[in-house]
Amino acid sequence: MTHEAPLIEVEGLAKSFTLHLQGGIVLPVLKGVTFTVRAGECVALGGPSGIGKSSILKAVFGNYRADQGRILLRDGDSKIDLAEAEPRTVIELRRRLVGYVSQFLRVIPRVAARDIVAAAARESGATYNEALGTAEALLKRLNLPERLWSLPPSTFSGGEQQRVNIARGFAGRHAILLLDEPTASLDAENRACVVKLIEERKRAGTAILGIFHDTTLREVVVDRVVDVGEFGASHKLAEEAA
Amino acid sequence: MTPRNTPLLVAQGVTKYYGERLACRDVSFAIHPGEVIAVVGESGSGKTTLLALLSQRLKLSAGSVSYRQNGDLRDLDGLTEAERRRLQRTDWGFVHQDPREGLRMNVSAGANVGERLMATGWRHYGRIRNAAREWLTRVEIDETRIDDAPLSFSGGMRQRLQMAKNLVTHPRLVFMDEPTGGLDVSVQARLLDLIRALVADLGLAAIIVTHDLAVARLLSHRILVMKNGEVIEAGLTDRVLDDPREAYTQLLVSSVLAA
Repeated sequence: MTHEAPLIEVEGLAKSFTLHLQGGIVLPVLKGVTFTVRAGECVALGGPSGIGKSSILKAVFGNYRADQGRILLRDGDSKIDLAEAEPRTVIELRRRLVGYVSQFLRVIPRVAARDIVAAAARESGATYNEALGTAEALLKRLNLPERLWSLPPSTFSGGEQQRVNIARGFAGRHAILLLDEPTASLDAENRACVVKLIEERKRAGTAILGIFHDTTLREVVVDRVVDVGEFGASHKLAEEAA
Repeated sequence: MTPRNTPLLVAQGVTKYYGERLACRDVSFAIHPGEVIAVVGESGSGKTTLLALLSQRLKLSAGSVSYRQNGDLRDLDGLTEAERRRLQRTDWGFVHQDPREGLRMNVSAGANVGERLMATGWRHYGRIRNAAREWLTRVEIDETRIDDAPLSFSGGMRQRLQMAKNLVTHPRLVFMDEPTGGLDVSVQARLLDLIRALVADLGLAAIIVTHDLAVARLLSHRILVMKNGEVIEAGLTDRVLDDPREAYTQLLVSSVLAA
């Protein structure tokens, strides 16, 4: 396998939801979704809201089950099909290979902001001290006031929580990074910081797949847009229902 | 040391009848070192029975449970009573929902923790006391309480003491039955965080029975959903909770009140 082989290859991905509590209605969300993302490339999923962009990200993270198709992730010299992988394999890949910045931070009781970020760095193999250094550097760059670092983020504002979330996503040294509207609740200064973080990771060879509604972010960091609408068969209601 | 990619415990077709009534039917799965599995379902779904069967506190009607010791998977049905006890006292832990079942309530906290060490052959009083003191601190019980009996402890402290008692022998596998069950929400959060940190630091494998999906999400890697004695859905925790396939799992997930 050449070094230029894509890090993400999605082929014929299909996904629907069967809502048993609503009389068993089947909502087709994705069908025939096919695209690749190479190292150092930032690919945006495009198309109107409800077309299934978040569902694709969730499938590539292993959070949603694929009904059909393959989700191949390159791990060094081997390829792993996430659509078939055992739960243990998915967990292992999330530790080392695939990072995900969701729209909202899921807060763990009593764990301080700095420790949340440091834990992500440790999972990718950093020592305790390196991880702490990485966490503090990221929180500083994202302008999270130092007095908040030792507090659990449950009482933080939406924007502050999102910055902790972004710091956590970038603290791991994942070769694949999935970003779901990373700048949604950020001001201009912090958006600029996220742009820099993304550019650095692209230069380091990370494959980035994301949803970016922010047009400036799109213009600056996105290399290519995959129009999810072209794959057809999506259902406008599906994502809302999910 | 068991390699992380070989299973620690394997359940095959685990089944239990109480007379005519089926309590647990044909449950099969494997758990690996460092893995945390949550068993969820409503009361009466058979999850506590499954835990008792796996931990050899209840005899199977059919099927087998094997456990890896000294590199070999061994069917636990072949253990002598003494071997079974040794396993339960040293290599396994069992955290009961009601700490009164797992602790001796009239005996000091230090003795509760030290007892398990003595069962594994520790004899030196000073070393046992030091180990007990260290574990009380790890579960956030002030070491000045070492000579107090758990009768004088709050519910949350008792549950943390039960954790200490179980972990002092460095077990590889811990069974937990609704460990945060009877506790106030604020006390639950502290205990959950403590369990989460200890399980990760010690690389424990754990099987946790809970009806609380938030507990399952926070602590477990994988989920088994039980209904009427059967596992009806299993998989990666966040996938089962965010993309539930079965009607019953969808009902469970949608019945949780969002705070």
